[in-house]
Amino acid sequence: MTAQKLTFARAITEGLRASLESDERVLLMGEDIGRLGGVFRVTDGLQKDFGEDRVVDTPLAESGIVGTAIGLALRGYRSVCEIQFDGFVFPAFDQITTQLAKMRYRSRGRLEMPVVIRIPYGGGIGAVEHHSESPEALFAHTAGLRVVSPSTPQDAYDMIRAAVASPDPVIYLEPKGRYWSKDDVDLDAAPAEGVLDRARVARPGSDVTLVAYGPTVATALKAADALAAEGTSAEVVDLRAVSPIDFPTVVDSVRRTGRCVVVHEAPVFHGVGGEVAARVTEECFYALEAPVLRVGGFHAPYPVAKLEHDYLPSVERVLDAVDRSLSF
Amino acid sequence: MGTEATDVGSDVPLVQLVAPDGARVTTAENAAYRDRVAHLTGEDLRRMYRDMVLTRRFDDEATALQRQGELALYAQGKGQEAAQVGSGRALAPQDYVFPSYREHGVLQVRGVDPVDRLRLFRGEDHGGWDPAATNTHLYTLVIGSQALHATGYAMGVQRDGLVGTGDPGRDTAVVVYFGDGATSQGDVNEGLVFAAVNNAPVVFFCQNNQWAISEPTTRQARVPIYKRGEGFGVPSVRVDGNDVLACYAVTAEALERAHSGGGPTFVEAFTYRMGAHTTSDDPTRYRDRAEEDYWRKRDPIDRLAALLRAEDAWDDAWAAELDAEAEALGERLRREVRELGAPPTSAMFDEVYATPHAQVDEERAWLARYEEETQGDESQEVAR
Repeated sequence: MTAQKLTFARAITEGLRASLESDERVLLMGEDIGRLGGVFRVTDGLQKDFGEDRVVDTPLAESGIVGTAIGLALRGYRSVCEIQFDGFVFPAFDQITTQLAKMRYRSRGRLEMPVVIRIPYGGGIGAVEHHSESPEALFAHTAGLRVVSPSTPQDAYDMIRAAVASPDPVIYLEPKGRYWSKDDVDLDAAPAEGVLDRARVARPGSDVTLVAYGPTVATALKAADALAAEGTSAEVVDLRAVSPIDFPTVVDSVRRTGRCVVVHEAPVFHGVGGEVAARVTEECFYALEAPVLRVGGFHAPYPVAKLEHDYLPSVERVLDAVDRSLSF
Repeated sequence: MGTEATDVGSDVPLVQLVAPDGARVTTAENAAYRDRVAHLTGEDLRRMYRDMVLTRRFDDEATALQRQGELALYAQGKGQEAAQVGSGRALAPQDYVFPSYREHGVLQVRGVDPVDRLRLFRGEDHGGWDPAATNTHLYTLVIGSQALHATGYAMGVQRDGLVGTGDPGRDTAVVVYFGDGATSQGDVNEGLVFAAVNNAPVVFFCQNNQWAISEPTTRQARVPIYKRGEGFGVPSVRVDGNDVLACYAVTAEALERAHSGGGPTFVEAFTYRMGAHTTSDDPTRYRDRAEEDYWRKRDPIDRLAALLRAEDAWDDAWAAELDAEAEALGERLRREVRELGAPPTSAMFDEVYATPHAQVDEERAWLARYEEETQGDESQEVAR
């Protein structure tokens, strides 16, 4: 094991580098990803090492990026598309949902779409409009796409490699608020199995299950620390993927704890939390001590930066939900 | 006269090699295009005629099958056979085609089986054929989306080193088909941007059939459609879309440019949709009979027949054989389309993903169980 301390962003860079090295038909495409290295520098240095034909600065047109990636896939190339910010993915939404997601299906498996769409998402960085959104439910509701979001540098590294290797299109959501967090990453580890499908128990516990993914895993872990100080043992489940969702891991946890709180930055209304709550209610009905509760964004456009900390699910709001669950 | 309202820039010169009466057109401007068809023999012309006649017959049969309730929908290509067959016949086998959903004549030339072409319209398949078998992609129903797929594919061809090799058996180009309405779509415009800056080997083949369902070309552009290509720095040309030789010639020129590394071309084939947009459409609500009559006199099949006769390339025995072949095609379609069954229920879950997806697998299993458990109930209901 040759672990090194890497930022979350750098772990993705190294995952992309490993993918470019292992398969010459892997391409990176996006706006400003070449000489600039991307606005978050995630592709920093890769154009210099792999050339302009493999790390491609594209015209400023998101539908064009994804649409041409589909054509490249038909010719046997595996494109990793960078969308600059969450709120800018929508020009490509048509290509992603009507074309990319359905190409395999409508061709009865004759055409393969190994395309990754990388999207920095989520808030908490004091940004302007359209730079802090969480659109995962919109993609998860589209059959044919896999939708994942790592929460740690190691997962970021493992999951980007798995996403590039996947024969299915993957929406890879990067919690931009976590880009500069650091942790040990083992770059030599064999590609991890199941990281695009399986949830992981980030912290074991026995009194309540906190379900999170991407940026809110850190929030849930902090809440679990605070709860431990009060004598409550919280288990934190990191979903990793919101399509598919690893319900067995969630259900197993809730059957033991009897309580469940789902935490995500996206609006609660019609969100992933509703899907988890429905499923947990269906499968854990007699084990539940309280209704499944959700903590997340509100059904309002992402607010101005001055208000975002009142919008985002804070540790305090998670603790409030756990209190309501415990006192039900 | 309706055409005044519909022909944006109808006074713009276009490449024409055969006049509506079947006479060859010889001008100083079309000399280079005449050279591109000079090698075509009477047999070559008869093969094009055959493609066009069989495409027309396919169209008429499919329209009838829809009227009989055998197809959910059908998009007629009647009147556009010259644009489709002429461009299609210019392609090399290794060239790749991205059709829209009305390119039945292109599919005829590429060898996509006629029954397979109707699976989508039958509601039996969302695609219908193996694209790799004929280098012909599936139909795309979202207007203009395929322009980007074609451009990306062409960018892949460049990376594969199959442009400018000088070997006509290896150099590869891509042709994408779309209509006048599609030129308003962002994806077509983005396709032109990406193709231009990458110098990608792709031919943008726009069939301007004058109508986007009910909207005339004047609702799409205030310039002749081919001018749109020029704005992107893409060489552009308008061709008489009802003149099969002219369509062949401009496509051959565009393909030569693409194959040799000269990049993209925009072709506007000026033609007419003689039928409805689809079998769900009613053109009498928005266009007049006089306009349809005007274009009926310019029927591309009549024009090629006149040329063949004028040049003694017509052969009555051959024509009788072709009639019989068209009859046999019609008979086969009527029989085999009706025989197309429905896929098993479980097929709705097939190939959603390449690798297992827990929710799809659960729902597939649930539906199978449900069907098994309720099978008895349903047969009772039928018995009642």
